[in-house]
Amino acid sequence: MKETIGYPTALSYYSYYPFWNAFFTTLGFSVVISPASSKQIIDWGVKETVNDACIPIKLFHGHVMSLKDRVDYLFVPRMVSVDGKTTFCPKFLGLPDMVRWSIPDLPRLIDERIDLKKGARGLLSTCYKIGNFLKQNPARVFYAYLVAQWVHRQYQDNLNRGIFPNKILPSKETGRGLNSIETEIRIAVLGYPYEIYDSYISVNLLQKLNEMGVAVRTVEMLSNKVLGGYRHRLSKNLFWQYSNRVLWATYHYLEKKIDGIIHVSAFGCGPDAMLDKLMQLEAKKHDIPFMTLTLDEHTGEAGVVTRLEAFVDMVRFRRESS
Amino acid sequence: MRVTFPHMGTSHIAFKHLINNLGHEAIVPPAPSKRTLSLGVRHAPEFACIPFKILLGSYIEALENGAEMIISSGGVGPCRAGIYGLLHEEILKDLGYDFEMLIFEPPLRGLLDFIKKIGRVIRPTRVSWPTFIKVFKTSWQKLIILDETEILSHQIRPYEVIRGETTRAFKEALTLIDKAETRQELDSAGQAAEMLLRDVTQDRSRKPLRIGLIGEIYVVLEPFINLDIEKTLGEMGVETHRSIYLTDWTRDNTVFDGEKDIKNAAKPYLNQLIGGHGINSVGETVLYASNGFDGVIQLAPFTCIPEIVAKSILNRVSRDLNIPVLTLFLDEQTGTAGAQTRLEAFTDLLLQKRRNKGDLDATGIFGN
Repeated sequence: MKETIGYPTALSYYSYYPFWNAFFTTLGFSVVISPASSKQIIDWGVKETVNDACIPIKLFHGHVMSLKDRVDYLFVPRMVSVDGKTTFCPKFLGLPDMVRWSIPDLPRLIDERIDLKKGARGLLSTCYKIGNFLKQNPARVFYAYLVAQWVHRQYQDNLNRGIFPNKILPSKETGRGLNSIETEIRIAVLGYPYEIYDSYISVNLLQKLNEMGVAVRTVEMLSNKVLGGYRHRLSKNLFWQYSNRVLWATYHYLEKKIDGIIHVSAFGCGPDAMLDKLMQLEAKKHDIPFMTLTLDEHTGEAGVVTRLEAFVDMVRFRRESS
Repeated sequence: MRVTFPHMGTSHIAFKHLINNLGHEAIVPPAPSKRTLSLGVRHAPEFACIPFKILLGSYIEALENGAEMIISSGGVGPCRAGIYGLLHEEILKDLGYDFEMLIFEPPLRGLLDFIKKIGRVIRPTRVSWPTFIKVFKTSWQKLIILDETEILSHQIRPYEVIRGETTRAFKEALTLIDKAETRQELDSAGQAAEMLLRDVTQDRSRKPLRIGLIGEIYVVLEPFINLDIEKTLGEMGVETHRSIYLTDWTRDNTVFDGEKDIKNAAKPYLNQLIGGHGINSVGETVLYASNGFDGVIQLAPFTCIPEIVAKSILNRVSRDLNIPVLTLFLDEQTGTAGAQTRLEAFTDLLLQKRRNKGDLDATGIFGN
């Protein structure tokens, strides 16, 4: 029987699952993902983490709980840097340790450090380290790495083409094909992929907007090249991978005359406190409506719908009266 | 030019000296108060940490007092304090203030930029580089003496017989240090400060609890935010040992054995820099445990991710090494009474633990 690797469907899952799934399956493992976020998963997370942690961390712990007793390995990579310049938020840096010291009776962790300071070659050597840990021969690891790279490129192309990650990824997300029709108003919903595309904590925000006749734009629809073009806009970049991408996307969409921006943020998120203010000041300069939607485990669907409707109405009214 | 800078513990005394001796006029930011905080809270993002809010508030107060330039420090992350300067500037400009902001990044990050910025400070007053270096050295010495005096005050306070005497002596000592201008004057002010503190009437037969203070540097250093925890605990008869001082890198080997040892101590639990003082909090707790401390208090700003990560790991460290850890997350909502109660409960617990070990002389609250 194939050995199984558990993959929590949270945090970096939305950016890198296709790569790692292809890598592990090519090596002959079977990858088991946790089910889509649910009340049960959040409750587990809340119980296993310190109460000061943000909802994405709590969720991640919940996903680990749902996997830990039915897999041989658990994949919790230490995401440090993928561009050699910025790092991930501190919670990603300490994630394997938080999980290891908070949750008892874990399977073996694959917690290799992903730090690509030396470019893409760094990724290959990380793959070798993981391969070595899994007792795989180097040639096979190299092959699996190539396959994974190819799959990842396909995935990125699809995202850039405007397809939402949760449409492609296997986690059982609700929601039908989004953005199929070009509707009247365009709103950029910006935030971290693990909040925006997790339809449980985002209370199905994307679909709701779509049903209101809004064409949604997200960070993932922009290629790294487009985003990178804004790298020098600010005198000093933010330190965090995802936060920079959100800020650059903000610059981009404001230039492209978007009708409004919704910043999706987690309660108590450290980087977002900075990011949100910068976005808000930038939107103010362009005179574009801006709203922050803060999510946590207590977020009620009705409250979010009311705020979305009010925001969309306002944006539509502004557009009609101009 | 009228120049201001952040208020952090007692360091403003040294910064004032530096700015004034470079031919500028130092606008010393008022000690943080309720007003400072409420100004900061009004204009800062809700989830910015309390150091951000206090700094913003004190910049506003300093600008009201006529400051034309703000000097602050940057950082390399991933702790967000490294971009505070940038955001403070954006917010203050948006509020309509006219000033220049000078953010010093660590020199290793870009030496040229660092030198250029110093040039920006000393050129208008035609201060030569050698003079600058001389003034800088004296200010640094001042900073060291300030730290040493403060360390001594924390060592003496739990033994004081008349409550509040140490604090009075400490304040007097600060005035002496503030007045000293030359290196000679500083030396004698340092000695006088030490004498003032050693003269405090003490009962050395006490065996006070020993508590290590760890956490994020600004909340550990700024008594207004941490509810004056060192004084509060000291007057409960607890000796505190603070892990961080501004002049730490000159005193490596005096407190523990420097950064490297702290990281090594943290290694089994956390082998990755996570920004801020996250890894330090883990390493220092391990070291306090192996140095026989009774307990550790982690001080952190609400929403500080490095400290949240550390806290979730500290649960395990505390259990493994049998050292109680109390975490206080601080923000503008933190009330003195609530925190006081938690501190009393914590010291009671530590005292009980000591008595269980058969140490019946252990000194607790108010020396009882």
